[in-house]
Amino acid sequence: MRFWGEVVIMLCQVCNQRPANVHVTKVINNVRTELHLCQQCARERGELEVFAGPKFAFSNLLAGLLQSDAAAGVPVGIPGGSRSVCATCGLEYPEFMNTGYLGCSECYSQFLPMLRPLIARIHGHARHTGKVPARAGKAVRFRKELESLREELRTMIEAEEYEKAALVRDRIRDLEKAADQARQAQAEQGEAKKDEGEGRQA
Amino acid sequence: MAGKRGAGRYCALWMSGGGPESDIVVSSRVRLARNLRGVPFPHRAGEEQLQAVLGGVRQAVEATPSIGPTEVLGLTGVSILDRQLAVEEHLTSPQHIQEPSGKALVVNRDRSVCIMVNEEDHIRIQAILPGFQVDEALRLASATDDALEETVDYAFDENLGYLSACPTNVGTGLRSSVMLHLPALAAVNMLGQVLASVSKVGLAVRGIYGEGTEAVGNVFQVSNQVTMGRSESEIVAHLKAVARQIVDSERNARSAIMSDARSQLEDRVYRSYGILTNARMISSEEALKLTSDVKLGVDLGLIPDLPPALLTALSVDIMPAHVQRFVGRELNAWERDVFRATLIRQRLGAADPESAGPATGACKEE
Repeated sequence: MRFWGEVVIMLCQVCNQRPANVHVTKVINNVRTELHLCQQCARERGELEVFAGPKFAFSNLLAGLLQSDAAAGVPVGIPGGSRSVCATCGLEYPEFMNTGYLGCSECYSQFLPMLRPLIARIHGHARHTGKVPARAGKAVRFRKELESLREELRTMIEAEEYEKAALVRDRIRDLEKAADQARQAQAEQGEAKKDEGEGRQA
Repeated sequence: MAGKRGAGRYCALWMSGGGPESDIVVSSRVRLARNLRGVPFPHRAGEEQLQAVLGGVRQAVEATPSIGPTEVLGLTGVSILDRQLAVEEHLTSPQHIQEPSGKALVVNRDRSVCIMVNEEDHIRIQAILPGFQVDEALRLASATDDALEETVDYAFDENLGYLSACPTNVGTGLRSSVMLHLPALAAVNMLGQVLASVSKVGLAVRGIYGEGTEAVGNVFQVSNQVTMGRSESEIVAHLKAVARQIVDSERNARSAIMSDARSQLEDRVYRSYGILTNARMISSEEALKLTSDVKLGVDLGLIPDLPPALLTALSVDIMPAHVQRFVGRELNAWERDVFRATLIRQRLGAADPESAGPATGACKEE
């Protein structure tokens, strides 16, 4: 501390010369430390970059988890027959173990044997039960709807609610028919396109 | 972005205060992580690929009028200060603005919907609303998601759901959170107990600026951790149920203090108000602490003539980048503390208009 006119000036803890105008409070593992620095010393120590603190993101935690598994001898290696490099983006599995980030959406199918148990550990589940996108998940959506209708039909038959069951059965038939028609239309469209292509070639 | 912000002031909807239970729940937020099929995740994508993702999102937004009028806030060629404004307003994450190349923010008029492009994932849709409105935030985010999906090809797997750069987000890609102001629980030393039980039921507690940040001013962010194996509405319902319990215990703590220690509370609230309206230099940490006291006082009716929304906006306005915008130039830490004090006095109506900085109201429409 130094009196500067009437005002008490706190001096920088590092150089002890310039006034401390950068006040850094850090709480690490519930231990609170305070630093009072001048701007110059703060910049030299890298305390001035607001966002440059050690990045403690969950993905790093994940990487830590993967590495501690490896250290503890838990088989995190690559099971026989599965790939260690993503054929699409070239990410090597050990790199994922270091960073916690996958390279592209194809990594999921390429590394599935290793990822599935990991995902189950993170989330407690390894199966998505939420939203299905309208376009990218059209086939999935359809299959899931059929599944749930069939389940409904079973419970109705068990409960001997035959009239209601008949309605559900009709709904299943309609859906299946619509799907068949859609498939056919698509196939025809494909044919037509092929014809067109051949026609142009000729 | 800079010109837009400099010219007139908008106010993000969540900062306008209000909404259900806004005396405790500052805001409700839902974020959906999405990626495009056949493009490497942002951290492994080249500049051209990042630009293509951005172009695709812009096109999708323009093609779907249901999203409403939007504005693209590019991050490249924008000063770090301007990028920081967006972080301080919770429109994006500190990580997103670090290396701005190929990154952007698409926001709607009132900033209730914000699409972060090329953050950790190609697309992160965020809906943020004032008060306790998690369901509404989910609806808003999900509608934006549907609209984007009409033109953008998402990476989706039947078993694994929406595929994300980090497996901690795979499945629904949903992170829902509430920002809670819990000064009374802190005052009666029950905060640790409440927050510890929160983490036991699969929720995370963080500071207000997301991962790795400290809780200042008794504001905590509570969010779900698990994104797989539960539906979106189940995840949100769980968060809501837990948040409801925290809100109730904060409310109990408030009434306990009001009946047992009203004078002490009033004293503390008015001392804090006194410092805020008279200080000539103040750090953001101290300002947030005192603002928390004053907001508690306002919410409990101890300070009558101050609208609570003013304090919500103030808690953002005192952040470093906002103080510098207020003055209109870059400031060193010392100057920031001086102008922060001026800004606070002005906002709280305690400043001499002659000595104040540029006259900007608390929250004006553009």
